[in-house]
Order: sequence, then C-alpha cells, then structure tokens
Amino acid sequence: MFKYFPHTPDDIQAMLDVIGVSSLDDLYGEVPEELKLHRELQIPSEKSEMEVRRIIEGLAAENQRLVCFAGGGCYDHYTPSVVPYIAARSEFSTSYTPYQAEISQGTLQYIFEYQTMMADLTGMDISNASMYDGTTATAEAMLMCVAAAKKRNRVLISGTFQPNVLRVVETYAKFHGVDLVVVPATSEGVTDRAALQTLVEADNVAGVIVAQPNRYGIIEDFTGLAALCHAHKALLAINTVASALGVLKTPGEWGADIACGDAQSLGVPMGYGGPYIGYLCTTEALVRKMPGRLVGATTDADGRRAFVLTMQAREQHIRREKATSNICTAQGFMCLYVAAYLSLMGESGLREVNEQSYGAAHYLHARLLQTGMFAEVFPGQPFLNEFTLRYDGLPCELRARMAKAGYLAGICTEGMDNCLTFAATETRTREEIDAFVSLVSLKSC
Amino acid sequence: MNNVYYGKLVFELSKPGRKGYSLPTNAFPEYALAELPTALRRERPTLLPEVDELTAVRHYTNMSNNNFGVDTGFYPLGSCTMKYNPKVNEEMAALPGFNIHPATPDCTAQGALRLYDEVQKTLAEISGLQRFTLNPYAGAHGELTGLMVIATYHRQRGDVARTKIIVPDSAHGTNPASAAVAGFQIVQVKSTPGGTVDMEDLKPLLGPDVAGMMMTNPNTLGIFETQIPDIARLVHECGGLMYYDGANLNPMLGVCRPGDMGFDVMHINLHKTFSTPHGGGGPGSGPVGVRAGLEHCLPNPQVVYNEEKGRFEQHCEAESLGSVSGFLGNFGIIVRAYAYLLSLGRENVPMAGRLSVLNANYIKECLRSHYKLPIDGLCKHEFVFDGLREEYGGDHHDPAHVTTLDVAKRLLDYGYHAPTIYFPLLFHEALMIEPTETESKQTLDAFIEVMKRIAEEAKADPQLLKTAPHNTPIRRLDDVKAVKEPKFTYKAL
Repeated sequence: MFKYFPHTPDDIQAMLDVIGVSSLDDLYGEVPEELKLHRELQIPSEKSEMEVRRIIEGLAAENQRLVCFAGGGCYDHYTPSVVPYIAARSEFSTSYTPYQAEISQGTLQYIFEYQTMMADLTGMDISNASMYDGTTATAEAMLMCVAAAKKRNRVLISGTFQPNVLRVVETYAKFHGVDLVVVPATSEGVTDRAALQTLVEADNVAGVIVAQPNRYGIIEDFTGLAALCHAHKALLAINTVASALGVLKTPGEWGADIACGDAQSLGVPMGYGGPYIGYLCTTEALVRKMPGRLVGATTDADGRRAFVLTMQAREQHIRREKATSNICTAQGFMCLYVAAYLSLMGESGLREVNEQSYGAAHYLHARLLQTGMFAEVFPGQPFLNEFTLRYDGLPCELRARMAKAGYLAGICTEGMDNCLTFAATETRTREEIDAFVSLVSLKSC
Repeated sequence: MNNVYYGKLVFELSKPGRKGYSLPTNAFPEYALAELPTALRRERPTLLPEVDELTAVRHYTNMSNNNFGVDTGFYPLGSCTMKYNPKVNEEMAALPGFNIHPATPDCTAQGALRLYDEVQKTLAEISGLQRFTLNPYAGAHGELTGLMVIATYHRQRGDVARTKIIVPDSAHGTNPASAAVAGFQIVQVKSTPGGTVDMEDLKPLLGPDVAGMMMTNPNTLGIFETQIPDIARLVHECGGLMYYDGANLNPMLGVCRPGDMGFDVMHINLHKTFSTPHGGGGPGSGPVGVRAGLEHCLPNPQVVYNEEKGRFEQHCEAESLGSVSGFLGNFGIIVRAYAYLLSLGRENVPMAGRLSVLNANYIKECLRSHYKLPIDGLCKHEFVFDGLREEYGGDHHDPAHVTTLDVAKRLLDYGYHAPTIYFPLLFHEALMIEPTETESKQTLDAFIEVMKRIAEEAKADPQLLKTAPHNTPIRRLDDVKAVKEPKFTYKAL
C-alpha cells in the first residue's frame, strides 16, 4: 500500500463484504460509464520522501534570495524563532474552524487575543477573526460601506493606494455593481482633498477609502477627513500597513469607521506573496455589517469564562445569499503568527522595529540622493520606511543589474516614469545599505 | 489534547518591564521617528502585553493542549475532508528559498514560478479542464473568482441579460453567498426526496437570463448526481455555464473528472483534497480551472512560459476578469499541495478517492441500525444521517428527543471530533460524516462502537447526552449569552 493509506488488502475485503459490493470500482457502480476516465492520470509517478525533497529543494534553489529593499505591501521584517516554533504545534495547524468550542479553546483563545490586539492597534472597537489578505480586506471594506449605506452605491478610493490593492477592489466593484471612483493623487503624492471633498459633498457617497502610508511611502494627513465624511453620511475606511500602527496615528484616532489592511508586517514571512493575513476592524455600531468570523467570550455550564464563535447570523452558512460576505473561514492560522509576534514584541518592540526601519529607510534615502543618480519626487513629504525617487535611467534595468548582484532594488513605481519605490526595515544593516548604494552608483564609473 | 482547562489570556500574564524580543542596537541613531509631525503619530499607548519568551512559549503550548486536530484523533467533519496533513509538506513550504519578496524580478523566482506552473498543469489533468489559476486564497474565494469568470465570459459576448445563477437547495452556503458578491441573483432549485437535483423543478428555471448553474458532485449528501450529463446539456443549451464546487472532489480523483461531467469552471480546495492543513480555519487555497476557450478570463497575474526567453513570467492578460489577490495566491499552501501530489503520484491519487468512498460506505452500513439513514444506496466520500433512530433518540417531533447536537457533544467525551451537524438543511437532525481515506479500519471500528454506545446511552439515560460533554476542558457553552452580551476583546471582559 502507500504510507498515507492504512488499509491492508484484508481490511479492504472485509469492508467491501460489509458494504455488499465486490470491488473498490463497484463502489462507483451508479456513475455512468461514459463519464469515467478509464485511463491512468497523466501526472508524475509516485515519489519517495527523499525524491520529493530533492525535487522541491531543487526548485527552491532556483530562486535567488535578494537583499530586500522593496515593500509595496510586503515588508521584510524579522520573525522571532518562537513564532514559527509555536505555529508548528499541530494541535493548532491540523484543526479546523472551532465549531466544537469545547475541544477548540486553543484556537478560539488565540483568535480572541488577535482580535484584542488588532482592535487596540487600530484604535477601533472590534476586529474580526481576519480576512485573506490586505487587498481582499479592502474590497470587503468597500462592500461593507455599500451594505451599511443601503441606498448609496458610490465608494471613493484614493488613487494613492498600492496598485495591486486598487486592482482587486476595482475587480470586486465591477462585478458587485459598486460605483467605485478613484480620487486622483496631487503632484505632492497625496490624495487630492479638494477633488475628494467635491465628490463627498454630492451626498451620494457610501464610503471613502484611503491608504496609510500610501503607495509612494508618504504618510498622509487625514485631519478633517472623518468630519467631512460623516457630515455627508459617508463612512471612512483607512488601510494602514499593520506594523506602522504601532507608531502612526491610528484609524480610530483619525475617526475612521473601518480599519483594514494587511498584517503581513507583523511577523509573517514574505513567502512569495502568501499566505498573509488581512485585518478588518470597525466600530460597535457596524459590527452586524462586518464580514468574517468573530470570536466572543461567554461562560460554560459551570460558569467558567470561555470563548466561542458568535454573531454567526451574519455569515454565509446561515444567511446564504443574504450574508455580509461569502467568506467562509479566514486565515485562522496566521492570527496565531500575529498574536505570538505581538505578544513577544509588545509595545516597545513594535516601536523599536519602527524606529530602526525609519532609520534604515532615511539613511538609504539620503545615501541614494548623494549618488546624484536619484532625485526627489515628493520633496519634504514625511515617510516611515518606504519612499519614492526618480532615477536617471531605466528602473527595470537597475533592478535587473542589482538582482544579478544579489539585491532587490525597490519596485518600479507604476504610473510614474523612471521612478522606484524603495523600502528598508530593521533587518537591513548599515553595511548592506552602504554596499547596495555603492553598487548602484557603479553605473557612473 | 488534555482535559485541564487552561483559559488564560496573554494579557493576564503581562507584567510591566518584561520583554520577549531582542533587536540589534539601532544602527541609525541619527534619524529619529520623533522627527515626524506629532499630528501623524500615535497618541494612545497600546495594550500589548509584556511577557518574557518562556512565558509566551508556555502560554501557547498550554493553549494548544486544549485543542483537537487531525493529529490528535479522528475528525469526521463532513464536507471538510479532514485527511492527514503530511509533515514533509510543512518542511518543503518552509524552505528558505521560497521566502522571497513577491515583487522580486521573475528571473530570480524561476523555481517558484515553475512550481506554480507544475501544480497548475497537474490540477488541469486531474480535473479534465484546460488551465488553472492558483491565485484565489480559499474555496469561497475560488467560487467568487469562478463566478467572475462566468460573468466575464457573458459580458465579453455582449450577453448582458444573464443575471441569474442556479443553486441547488442542498448547496454549501458559500455558493449562493459567492454568487451574490459576484453580483448575481440566486435561483434555488429543489432536491428530490432521493437527494438529487429535481429535473422537473430545474427545467422551467432555464432561460436567456441564466448565467450558469453551480453544483457539487457528489452533492452535499454524498450522492453522485447521475443525471449530470442531462443537467449540463440543458444548461448549455440555454446558454449558461456549469460551475463545479470542488469541495467534494476527493472521491472522484482518478475516477471521473469534472471536465468530463460537463463542467466549464471549477475550484479546488487544496486544503481538502490535497492535504494542506486547515489551520484552525485558513489559510486555504482555492485554485480555479476553466475549459478551453475561457483561459483568457482567468485573473491576473497569470504565470506563463515565455518560449523565446526560455523562462517563466508573470503576465497580465487584457481580457482577464481583473485581479482577486495581491500577488500569486497563498504560495506556501501551493508548495504543500505540490509535495502531496508528488508523493502520491498517478498510482495513488486514484486510490485516495476510492478508499475515502470505502470508508464512508463502511461507516454508513455499520451504523444504519442505530441512526436514521434518510437516503439508501451507495454514497461517495460522505453521507448524512437524520439523527438517531426513533427507538434510540425518541420521536424527532418530541421536544425532549435526543438531538444531533447532544450526540455530537457526547462524541467529544469519547475523544472524537464531531461530524458536521445541521447541514445540509434538507434534514432536521443532519449528521454529516466524512471519514477520508487516511483513517484505518481499526479507527473506524472504534468510532462505530462509540456511536452505537451513544445510541444506547440515549435510550437509557438521555440526560447524560443532554448535559454532555463531561470529559472536555470546558462544558457546554452559553451561545446566547455570547450574542446578548457581546465581548470581542480583552478590554470588554
């Protein structure tokens, strides 16, 4: 037999006898013959564990691990050893959604911790049990705005969003029939507040969604934005890079109704794009419009505090097409990553990570400008760990040349000629930055 | 798993002044965050805990001891395919070579892109479809993506009147919910008393406003819909497309492919059929496959092989439905599924399906003496009982009867995860059992024994079941209180 199948030939025969059929194929007696395959699948033959390892290690070795100076929704932060160690406990990873709360308190507890931490970091009342990623969490925030507004179907989104987030939100809007309007960016690289104000004042806007820091790395000033939205009965949703919530003004402090984004930056490896974890937080008033799973505290028959999935009347398995979202579960396991990461880092660790990322990025910024090959695009705009510069050459050529040298030289800034958006985190050393910059400037030699 | 309730939250272990991390000395002291304008900075302190490393490790270890997973014991949760999650898959997904930034130039991610392409091709062959995207993050996300494919196909043909999606009343809840998010109206088709789509109810629903029909086959009762060729023909004749919900693909592996049944679009749950861990509810992965002629509708970015350059690339197709993910999906889950597919190979993939069907039918035949089997005949990977038989649990109309919930809670006492309960909605006391192929006859025999014992207990001492569980870390929970006095954060406690 095979290592994942425990059946012996005797077992199979005894079981077939009980069922009253003579062969495994007879178990498919009702399936019309013309639908059956009647041939072997044309896929690779079985491999031993050693062979599997050889093949996949070979593929992994074909990738080049570059020293990372890129962000754009994925940040190279350090994950303490304890996080994957805890996450490797199979009592967590091999369980499913905690439907049977009496034997799932582990999962329920870490989700409750995650909810507490995310609500606290965003300055909101409530967090759900996570979404797939930051792009889909933002799309869900848009759907939530429309659902809450009932008769309004227009949502404004800032053109300063990461392009990949914009594309996902636009896709959801196109099919769901949401009138999504992209508010342009100013020449200073921030949301055009005048254009936004005019649109909001038309009194037909269900929600406004803005990004922090934005696609250029700029920290936008949202002073007065919530008041404007609320005066015209529009909801405000702010998407923030999760790690930055430790030091930047929170969506709650800005007066937002919804906070959403990606929490990859809180201990989740870059992993070529996933799995990451989307977060979505809101106010008490909007909890019934919230998508996704929610864990609440209650008591058991002996009066002990314990945790349980709750408010399920919003969800697809009860409400079917009337549900707040089609999402079934979430990224449960990644909540454990985030909860463990934040437990270890605490407020001071998170602040220090941001402080060092800020330092690395500002040092990189200054050094790149010193080469004379880069120019500021948005001079004077405040940034945290990501910034955009204009390059006096072709960005894709620089990226290719630096990749050969072992560095990921930022991301080509979409829609901006010759621009690159760079990022640096606490994992970058001064030596790495110096070596990177000197290789970049070799071009002039 | 142990029965000593732990129950503490990390916030309760916190003590000011402790820390659980170490970072190098700041190498850039000349730049200080305090340079940022005050108006842009966080004012409120956080409530994050302060714990040392061992405290954190013990805390989460103790929590895990109150959790039940497939590695703990039998997990016959219907429709969820809780098969064994191989350990080599975990190691492969954690290889440092895969921990790369998603915006790295394609030429530096050739191994990752090749792996994506290999999985895509393997799934296409297993499904009998032309091409897959692996970008969707989960089953429900795959459904949504597949429905967007269907909408895109009709829109590109200028066929804009197709606003309806037909969904059987036995369908997973995500089917109608996904169709609603994709902007469709939902039309429900009834099931016959035999549990399959009622053809007479279906026919009048078909017309020029139908965009497609969603089905899972075998359906959620575990019954193979034998009239599927006729259904597909009727839906195609009226201009609609057929969508296959791959949640129940496991029993069909290597026997009968969705593409050959007449389906045009489908999703696969890698976390069900292809053994990736369920992770307490995600991350999953929901690849979407399409028939030839629909490939251009798949979401961006797409992974293609550039013959000229001799390498894999990410490509954006102008005719695509758009994007549904930030990057290339839950890549780490795709690596695990690839390790599983390589391990099984063409020799064992079809055995997985057959043995899952063997296991399900065996339990069904052994327990029908004690539990009410509403639909006779062969099942596929799962089946549904309608609660205890009357002689054990009492009349279903009697409010004092022993319910499916009582049976489920009593099962926890015996060290089993409960089956799916109260789904599908066709039966009042639905108890949906899916054993999967990775469980041995000994495990099934022990489970069957316990299920019979529970039936006897229900007859002799119903209160024992009504108050179950008794041997778990906590007792039955007050669900109503959780809704009436909502507490979603530590602060609210």
